[in-house]
Amino acid sequence: MSTADLDPDPDDVLVRVDNLVKYFPVRSAGLIRRTVGQVQAVDDVSLIIPRGKTLGLVGETGSGKSTLARCVAGLIPVTSGRVTFNGRDITNLSRRAMRPVRREIQMIFQDPYSSLNPRRRVGAIIGDPFTIHKTATGAERKRQVQELMERVGLNPEHYNRFPAEFSGGQRQRIGVARALALRPQLIICDEPVSALDVSIQAQVLNLLTDLQRDYSLSYLFIAHDLEVVRHVSDSVAVMYLGRIGESGPEGAVYGSPRHPYTVALLSAAPAADPDAAASRQRIILTGDVPSPIDPPSGCRFHPRCPKAQPLCAEQEPPLEVKAGDVPTHLTACHFPVEAGESLATATAATPAPGRSEVS
Amino acid sequence: MSLTGLEVVADEVASDAPVVEGRSQWQLTWRRLRHDKVAMASLIVIGVIIVLAIAAPLFVAITHHPPNTAYPNTGETAAGNPVPPGTAGFWLGTDGTGRDLFIRILYGARISLFVGFVTTAIGTLAGVAVGLIAGYFGGIVDQVLGRFTDAALAFPYVVLALALAVVLGPSLPVIIGVISFFSWAAIARIVRGQTLSIKEKEYIEAARSLGAGPFRIMFIDILPNLLAPVLVLATLYIPTAVVFEATLSYLGLGIQPPTASWGDILADAQNFYQVAWWYVVFPAVALLITTLAFNLLGDGIRDAMDPRTERVLAARRRRRERR
Repeated sequence: MSTADLDPDPDDVLVRVDNLVKYFPVRSAGLIRRTVGQVQAVDDVSLIIPRGKTLGLVGETGSGKSTLARCVAGLIPVTSGRVTFNGRDITNLSRRAMRPVRREIQMIFQDPYSSLNPRRRVGAIIGDPFTIHKTATGAERKRQVQELMERVGLNPEHYNRFPAEFSGGQRQRIGVARALALRPQLIICDEPVSALDVSIQAQVLNLLTDLQRDYSLSYLFIAHDLEVVRHVSDSVAVMYLGRIGESGPEGAVYGSPRHPYTVALLSAAPAADPDAAASRQRIILTGDVPSPIDPPSGCRFHPRCPKAQPLCAEQEPPLEVKAGDVPTHLTACHFPVEAGESLATATAATPAPGRSEVS
Repeated sequence: MSLTGLEVVADEVASDAPVVEGRSQWQLTWRRLRHDKVAMASLIVIGVIIVLAIAAPLFVAITHHPPNTAYPNTGETAAGNPVPPGTAGFWLGTDGTGRDLFIRILYGARISLFVGFVTTAIGTLAGVAVGLIAGYFGGIVDQVLGRFTDAALAFPYVVLALALAVVLGPSLPVIIGVISFFSWAAIARIVRGQTLSIKEKEYIEAARSLGAGPFRIMFIDILPNLLAPVLVLATLYIPTAVVFEATLSYLGLGIQPPTASWGDILADAQNFYQVAWWYVVFPAVALLITTLAFNLLGDGIRDAMDPRTERVLAARRRRRERR
């Protein structure tokens, strides 16, 4: 599946990922480390990050979200496929060639504790981008760092403190300031709020939204929390076992999900309204996520899918527009969920132990 | 969970929660170390030894006894034996050839401490460099450096030291070289292990995503996290080096006479121990106190850097108070 046909104006596209594949070799123990298998972390993924917008990436742990992010950021080499940034191919560039691109792509990490070096002062941590790219030194660097600290809601007088002296939310703000330092065009947020309290999550998310507006940033926003992604994203992609199951505008994916996996995910998210929570049906997927070393044939979701048919195990469904959807809403499913259809009553033709149930 | 409902509330809550006045790890370590009586006593003893060693020429000026000058008339008995402490201005007596034992022990301390500090410095620098490079780059680099480290650790120290001293001729540079050569491997091992665990931290990935090169990451991001274990190892390594030097000198393959060295003095003293106890006891005590002080200080630093120690001490305090 190529992204070309859903891309109206190349000027609006900041990042384009085409058929990206990332396999990690599994090596045997011992002196001679033979490759005995491949972890198919990301398998043939194509997506677009529009300029100035947020693409949300959701999926369970182990679905390949973070691996995809690191491939886009150029932190790990890509097995195959292409990453284009601002129309320029940045796939597997050397460290030297990647340097100017690093200024444009920054990351915010999940764990505010391990993403800041405990032995270095906050001023030095936020000032690192300036030092590494030699854009400001001495007093000028300090001024810019303090300006950044103020911008993200930190007290600039805390310049000389250590990360341990800050709370989780403040630490994440330090991470945001560091990512913002070089005024990048793209910030990859790898589960930026999942380690924080809910109230702090909102603060950090609001900060990210404000920064996006002020600096016309684009975000690749990764989370396993559907509500968080919905809150910040313009468009959403749902990943399962290294593939994209469904992608499209936020309203379309959340409003009329077509992939059974998306439906199951959405049904599992807790609702704020207790009445609504009581009245709705939850679809519980049974069984574990299969191993990415030996993924299922055909559609990777078929062993757990309530709608699975024999075809699903044989043929891989392409990511395409389904009847009645907006042209940017893509689903990779042979038997997409129709509006009003209840998955709980769906009867599958392939008897399998991993059957979904109604709670 | 609804985020939209929480936003308003969240923004009203002050984002600047009161932060406990923090201290750097070194300040905390120093605070704990100050309460460790044994470590502080060791630190004072080491300070005194260093001052005495540096001030050795000053004592020569006071006693008018240069280290290598023999006093056959005042410094030896009629039978040619050493004179006891306090005789004729010899504070700790004399040695077998009628030289001032106190002055010679002071000059011996200079050699011992010099060798101890220099070899530890060289060994630590080399060990940290090898360990960092092996741990950070991994793969074939790690394999090669790892085998070198194994080889250095497996080598029979004294045998090689003796052989080298014989082949190259005993001299200070040879001693320093030999002792340094055996000190880096243990440090390299530990640094490699620590590097392996630190390089998986997200802040290393953050540095890479900023475009930092491998050497910047190794020295700016990883090294500061290694200083604590390295400092403990280095402190504990100094006494080993001091004893090693004394051993070589004792065997006649270290510092050559007439330059004073503790091992050398002890070797000579063997011939006189029946008539001159001070000749054996004072240099031996000097060696013992020096190595003991460094070992106890090293233990103290290790305890002070271990955050669990604080809790153990606090629990002990509480128990005492209850009684």
